[in-house]
Amino acid sequence: MARHTLSVLVEDVPGVLTRVASLFARRAFNINSLAVGPTEVAGMSRITVVVEAEGDLLEQVTKQLNKLINVIKIVELTTEQSVQRDHVLIKVRADAATRLQVTQAADLFRASVVDVAIDSLIIEATGTPEKLSALLSVLEPFGVREIVQSGTLAISRGAKSMSDRALRSA
Amino acid sequence: MSKGSPISPALLAARPAPPAAPARETAPVVPASAVRGPNNVVGPTEMLGSAAIVRSLEELGVDDVFGLPGGAILPTYDPLLASTKLRHILVRHEQGAGHAAQGYAMVTGRPGVCIVTSGPGATNLVTAIADAHMDSVPMVAITGQVSSAFIGSDAFQEADIVGITMPITKHSYLVTNAQDIPRVLAEAFHIATTGRPGPVLVDIAKDAQQSSMTFSWPPKVDIPGYRPVVRGHSKQVREAARLISAAQRPVFYVGGGVVKAHASVELKELAELVGAPVVTTLMARGVFPDSHDQHVGMPGMHGSVSAVTALQQADLLITLGARFDDRVTGVLSSFAPNAKVIHADIDPAEISKNRAADVPIVGSVKEIIPELTAAVRDSFETQERPDISAWWKTLNHLRETYPVGFTQPDDGLSAPQQVIKRIGELTGPEGVFVSGVGQHQMWAAQFIKYERPHAWLNSGGLGTMGYSVPAAMGAKVGNPDRVVWAIDGDGCFQMTNQELATCVINNIPIKVAVINNSSLGMVRQWQTLFYEGRYSNTDLNTGHDTVRVPDFVKLADAYGCVGLRCERDEDIDATIEQALAINDRPVVIDFVVSRDSMVWPMVPAGVSNDLIQIARNMTPTWEQED
Repeated sequence: MARHTLSVLVEDVPGVLTRVASLFARRAFNINSLAVGPTEVAGMSRITVVVEAEGDLLEQVTKQLNKLINVIKIVELTTEQSVQRDHVLIKVRADAATRLQVTQAADLFRASVVDVAIDSLIIEATGTPEKLSALLSVLEPFGVREIVQSGTLAISRGAKSMSDRALRSA
Repeated sequence: MSKGSPISPALLAARPAPPAAPARETAPVVPASAVRGPNNVVGPTEMLGSAAIVRSLEELGVDDVFGLPGGAILPTYDPLLASTKLRHILVRHEQGAGHAAQGYAMVTGRPGVCIVTSGPGATNLVTAIADAHMDSVPMVAITGQVSSAFIGSDAFQEADIVGITMPITKHSYLVTNAQDIPRVLAEAFHIATTGRPGPVLVDIAKDAQQSSMTFSWPPKVDIPGYRPVVRGHSKQVREAARLISAAQRPVFYVGGGVVKAHASVELKELAELVGAPVVTTLMARGVFPDSHDQHVGMPGMHGSVSAVTALQQADLLITLGARFDDRVTGVLSSFAPNAKVIHADIDPAEISKNRAADVPIVGSVKEIIPELTAAVRDSFETQERPDISAWWKTLNHLRETYPVGFTQPDDGLSAPQQVIKRIGELTGPEGVFVSGVGQHQMWAAQFIKYERPHAWLNSGGLGTMGYSVPAAMGAKVGNPDRVVWAIDGDGCFQMTNQELATCVINNIPIKVAVINNSSLGMVRQWQTLFYEGRYSNTDLNTGHDTVRVPDFVKLADAYGCVGLRCERDEDIDATIEQALAINDRPVVIDFVVSRDSMVWPMVPAGVSNDLIQIARNMTPTWEQED
């Protein structure tokens, strides 16, 4: 099964996330990640969903999603034609002896330290899932205490805007 | 109640079949305005949310609503009492209101409306909403909700009905602000009736009903995510015409979408131009006249040999408003293996869902069919058509050799098929026939001859036992001048017969034929065929040689209906005629029939349609092709 990233432009109304998520659930799709937020158009939100699915089934679910009244547009974004980023905050053990090593490791990944305590650091990083998992494996030996990670954000390369095109056709 | 001059059923029965498909079968594809109704202009007027609900329904052109009040919808029932334009029919159970709204919508083509209270009122409506969703019935369900401050607190009679019905509605709304009421109702009606029709739920909090708002009409309806495509792509239409012109074994596979689109006249023109066989699915019975020479029957699990074979051996399926349901295709991989598929449907999600379409056409069949007719006519003029007479020879042979028929039961009781057949014949094609679910449903689909659309109503997709009586009630309200039969089973009838009270009190004189085989007949048939006759929990004790609990004649009597019983073949016609002559109240006939009659033909579940059986362990003798 292949990984697919879908961008779903929706009306910002109560229940819209439930409607979208439940369609995936009904066909027993596992949602790898989900990110929701406002867009450049007032009243519109954008949901980025990453799912593992067979192509035919995904097409069927996409069609079903399109039937939802609050869904305005759906596009699939390939890794080649889009920029895709995850965001992670990692709380890692770091005392006087190891702090330098940890911050150096973070530097290598262009991650930043956003909180320092006597025996821990919080590291913030942005990147592809591959990069973030590499960062994690480097930090692992120091003792990772807590991880929180966003869903993947994805945007197409080039000048075109998803909402632009969607609203013009509407 | 009557909105036209009454027609005597006796006269109707005696009348010969009218010329099929009168031209009045028409409805615009794209409404002039997104707001239904006459679009009267109403300047800003102060009123309560409850009054705005009633006023919006009036402005939307609603005449009849079915419902049952309770705490959370109580504010709305007050202005409803004062309305002179809305007729509210008080049902005895909310499920009845839902099915009545469906029946009303199915015969009129206008959205059915039901109003119930929160919590159990709303959950009682769930089956009807699911039914309307599966069968694409335009319906607007208005439910009361607890006050917005209490939502989510497990308040008395609170249920998250929007959440519960999310997978079974076309769309739903929760209204907590009175000012939103006119717009939301206008949107609900627009969504329910356009595109692929379906149920829309509007859940209105009690405080929204009780607050002041400023009403004006028409509201602005703008739904950016809802733009149904109605016009088929002209290139696809031409491609379809090209395939039709080249096909040697084409078949029209016609589904309920053609009924919903009011496109029977257009269908007939196209079918006669092409000259190909036509099959009408369970949801489409009547949209192409049964008496028409090109009609080869109903396909599917209990379809005729000619219809099933036509699909199986076709080289082209011209699929119009049908959805390749599993009851039609049997094992999908073996369905119509050599056919190319043209698939016209208003719902893009149906295209290639079950069977890949070679030529998909998204749009309303009301628009697509005439364009296809024109394209086929052009094509026929420019190129030589293949001869399809060999195809017809095959199908005519099957139609003559294996007509849908039945055998007389061994136990001396009447054949249920005979009863249903005579109801159809004595009532005539102008009647409306509404069935429940099970054997009697299949027999009513097989043995009544349908000559017009909107004459046959049943729960096809969901298979809801109990649909018949309330749906017939709704159909009679929508078509007061037609004879409306509920053809029900003894199992189904016991699920919703409380609506007989509604029928009697509101002067809705439906006729109910209980095909009483004293059992859950279809389940019993499967037990006979697939469980070595081990009849686990299918005996209902309502029929011959049983305690007859309940006694359907006494039950009818208790409700103020006329109760009749018929136990012998020789009484069938006289009993039906007696029922047809009664117009001042509902009639219930207890037709005591054999429990051993089975529905044939049958394609057993899980096998190819090629293994269709015409009777137990009997398959047709196939001629060698070529």
